[in-house]
Amino acid sequence: MTALLEITGLTAGYGAAPVLHDVDLSVGEGQIVAVLGANGAGKTTLLRAISNTLPVTAGSTRFDGIDLKSVKVERMVRHGIAHVPEGRGVVTELTVDENLRLGGLWRKPKPSLDEVYELFPALANRRGHLGHQLSGGERQMLAIGRALVATPRLLLLDEPSLGLAPKITAQIMGLLRDLRDRTGLSVLLVEQNVRSALSIADEGVVLNLGRVAARQKAGTLADDADLRHAYLGF
Amino acid sequence: MDRFLYLTFDGLSRGAVYAAFALALVLIWRAARIVNFAQGAMAVATAYAGYSVTNATGSYWLGFAVAIIGGLVIGAVVERVVMRFVDHSSPLNGVVVALGLVLIIQGVLGMIYGNNFRPAEAPFSRDAFQVGGVALLSRYDLFVFAAVGAVVVTLTLLFTRTSTGLRMRAAAFAPDVSRLLGVPVGGMLTLGWALAAAVGSLAGMLVIPTELGLHPNAMDLLFISAFTAAVLGGLDSPVGAVVGGLVVGLLLAYVSGYLGATVAPMAVLILLVVVLLGRPDGLFSRAKARTA
Repeated sequence: MTALLEITGLTAGYGAAPVLHDVDLSVGEGQIVAVLGANGAGKTTLLRAISNTLPVTAGSTRFDGIDLKSVKVERMVRHGIAHVPEGRGVVTELTVDENLRLGGLWRKPKPSLDEVYELFPALANRRGHLGHQLSGGERQMLAIGRALVATPRLLLLDEPSLGLAPKITAQIMGLLRDLRDRTGLSVLLVEQNVRSALSIADEGVVLNLGRVAARQKAGTLADDADLRHAYLGF
Repeated sequence: MDRFLYLTFDGLSRGAVYAAFALALVLIWRAARIVNFAQGAMAVATAYAGYSVTNATGSYWLGFAVAIIGGLVIGAVVERVVMRFVDHSSPLNGVVVALGLVLIIQGVLGMIYGNNFRPAEAPFSRDAFQVGGVALLSRYDLFVFAAVGAVVVTLTLLFTRTSTGLRMRAAAFAPDVSRLLGVPVGGMLTLGWALAAAVGSLAGMLVIPTELGLHPNAMDLLFISAFTAAVLGGLDSPVGAVVGGLVVGLLLAYVSGYLGATVAPMAVLILLVVVLLGRPDGLFSRAKARTA
């Protein structure tokens, strides 16, 4: 069986200097794959190469048989790929409700937002608030909720735990796992917070200086002391 | 007192046109962070097109429609063909390109239509009604208020109530994020330019019959007044543009009424300098609380 997202020999970066070198990676249907590694390892670049917000120099990125390199950024979401960028990407000048609506504007008929509000009751109380009035955790929930309005098959999530309290991080991670179990959503999760990420991931991929240093079951990776010391710093 | 009332209504009527034109500037500023200095020339070009149709067919309204649709087209073309390729790393680039466009458009208009004033008739009488012995408003003034009011209401509904308006706002505030959410950012930018230019054309059609008539430079003075209005309102705020337009209109009316028409252009420039010195962000600028 081929995976939902299949990346082979991916080389990509900014301008002439590639950040990623010859990366192979796959995400299966309903799988959560954590991408781990130090700052500058190329984690964000990997997500940006997949969603075509960054030029791919070599290699292939295929999603459900489609060559993603030929898909325009604004068409990605129509193919079932939602990318929640680092720093959350909430449009701070728009209200919570408007941000959520924005996630489903391309769909016909317009999707209901009730499910997202059910999933994140904290947002339901703040519908009319502007993005910049939200706390970090609320913004992260809003960004994820907005991605879910598009009912994606694959969620590209960049550092959802960034700047959040451990309790909120755990809540978001739990929610991702529930979603996967319930809807079969696939998640490619970029994280610095290794423990949190591995606690919900099926598989972990360690990036080091733009190359895949290890790719193992999440449990195995968490137990591999040598690998942890070498690349993940704990 | 009668004179004051008369000048006030005259100022509001002028101000409504400035408000519309300032609104057009604000629309483009919000969408593209460019002050479209070519807006006046673009509006004149469409007004020439409109009056050509009016003269050929005898129908003012057909020409009016041509001018507004011409505005949509010229706005879209300027964005697609010119502004899209301007390097935005320095805000000066857009300004210089826009000024270049002014020279090209005015030059071409001069070649086609000549550099003399051509009469531009108004669709309604410009004779004011007498209210209690004071000549206050003409039918044409009412037309101006209705047209500008309709534009303000339509734009407000578009931006706050429709999906397209939401897309346009999102594309302007956060283009990269919007793209990931499936918003065709480039298309929204083109639409923004088209709408703004159409509003500019409307302002042109409204003001030209009240002045000396059609001329390649017919909108130059209006541009300065409207630009002052937009800056007064903070460039970023549609409400500010409308209020700014009315303020500038009133100021111009009082100054030309009490001090003489020749001083009026100077009064606008003085106001512009005062605003830029004292409150460069305008009276209606949003707080700059944009964190992470």
